[in-house]
Amino acid sequence: MSTTGITTWAVDLADVGAVYPFQGWEFIMLIVGLVFWIWWHVTTFRSELAQHDHKVTTYGGAKLSEALDSND
Amino acid sequence: MGSNIDAITTIFTEFYYWLTVALMFLIHVGFCMYEVGASRRRNHMHTLLKNSMLIPLVTITFFFFGWWIYWAFPNGPFIYQGQGLILDMAAGNAPTSETMGTNLSDRITGVFWAAFLLFSWTAASIVSGSVIERINSGAFWILAVMIGSGAWIIDAAWGWHYDGWMVKMLGYHDAYASGVIHGIAGGFALGVLVVLGPRLGKFSSSGKARDILPHNPWLVCIGLFLIYTGFWGFYVACNVPLIAPDGIGGEITGETWTATTIYLTPTTLGAITVNFLMSLSGGMLMGYFVSKGNAFWTYSGGLAGIITASAGNDLYHPIQAMVIGAVGTYLAYKLHYWVENKFKIDDAVGAVAVHGYAGFIGLVICGFVLWGHPSSPYAGYAAINPLGQLVGAIIMFGVLGFLPGWIGALVLHKFGLLRIPKEVELMGLDFATDREEAAAAEEVRDALKQIAVSK
Repeated sequence: MSTTGITTWAVDLADVGAVYPFQGWEFIMLIVGLVFWIWWHVTTFRSELAQHDHKVTTYGGAKLSEALDSND
Repeated sequence: MGSNIDAITTIFTEFYYWLTVALMFLIHVGFCMYEVGASRRRNHMHTLLKNSMLIPLVTITFFFFGWWIYWAFPNGPFIYQGQGLILDMAAGNAPTSETMGTNLSDRITGVFWAAFLLFSWTAASIVSGSVIERINSGAFWILAVMIGSGAWIIDAAWGWHYDGWMVKMLGYHDAYASGVIHGIAGGFALGVLVVLGPRLGKFSSSGKARDILPHNPWLVCIGLFLIYTGFWGFYVACNVPLIAPDGIGGEITGETWTATTIYLTPTTLGAITVNFLMSLSGGMLMGYFVSKGNAFWTYSGGLAGIITASAGNDLYHPIQAMVIGAVGTYLAYKLHYWVENKFKIDDAVGAVAVHGYAGFIGLVICGFVLWGHPSSPYAGYAAINPLGQLVGAIIMFGVLGFLPGWIGALVLHKFGLLRIPKEVELMGLDFATDREEAAAAEEVRDALKQIAVSK
């Protein structure tokens, strides 16, 4: 038994194709990858916006507003 | 690999593309240095990470769907004679295909995928520089995936593929990606910038543009130098290194093997090496002249020179490449400041000009200089011509560049996700990090005081 389908190298390499493990599970692996990708966007975007809110709440006082108003 | 000559050819090709990937990595190092150097001190780390994180995001999405698009979309779909997706060609390049994993019967798909991926990074990275210091990183990363694994690879299927409908119907020729990378990325960046708006303080209340100087001009210039270096890999990756006429299967007769462009039209590595250097030189000379010795525009002029000549650098005479590079750089420089003042567009690093305008201009010039040259070794394709190149430039810069960038940015803006709050922009994106460093320093000082007291 082998996860790659190769149990010996006593073969003609011309007859060998894919050698990665768990062949046949590509679609499931793709779903896992897509979920990880989308999850990453959502979670990091939320975190970034929360950090901005925190900065504005903590440090965005009257002087900062004054500076923004006088921006010319 | 039936014979030893087949094996050597295959493994040479595999190694050739692998080497281009390693070289092209330097483009990204250069872009990061350039962007960080151009940003102000309070935004360094966010600027760096905004760009760096497009690497994994574009990589995984290019694996998930970008590469499949390239092989499925050459007909449009439904633009060329009503033909749809080319599913049989795309199947071997889908993320679920056996040839995308370790496979002893296919040594080329992986390195070819990687070479295209590095182009994808470049497209997204070009956009990154223009929007620094005020875009939400999360918003940029969505836009990066849109161009890196979507818009650019559609344009590659259409106009940078031996079977693309633009090549067949328009005679579109863009050997080293004036339009398919640079034009589209510049157009996309402009679309985003229109919605994003300028940095605080870029324009005075009277509308006069202020020059926000890079905090580290030296870092900017070294970054551009590294982009030049990586560009060698970019150029070489655009070629097929070695192919026999029967491998092409077109109208070429005889048995002479050759290097070709992506369209499988013959060229030589020697020719593109000379033309690369001559167009770089034309651009640098003009950049220095037109900017009156400004280092940033001199180096950027070198890039603009290469980019302008790239569409036809497989065939130009070196002096043509030099002149075309110089003309493109002059026009890109003038257009940058005209657009900045007229439309109040704040392109922080001049990316729209250096990549977008230069790429567009290069495509149009190529249509005249290479007028009548066959765009393909196959019968029935339109020859290279000025109208086809102009339409192609509009598709690259406008239809697949500006439009998706503008729409994507508009959607993000509608949901309040595009731009950082003004307070944060004023404080700087790294503000909290700076405070943490200050707090850590204070802790060390307190600890030292305690040690002194205890003594």
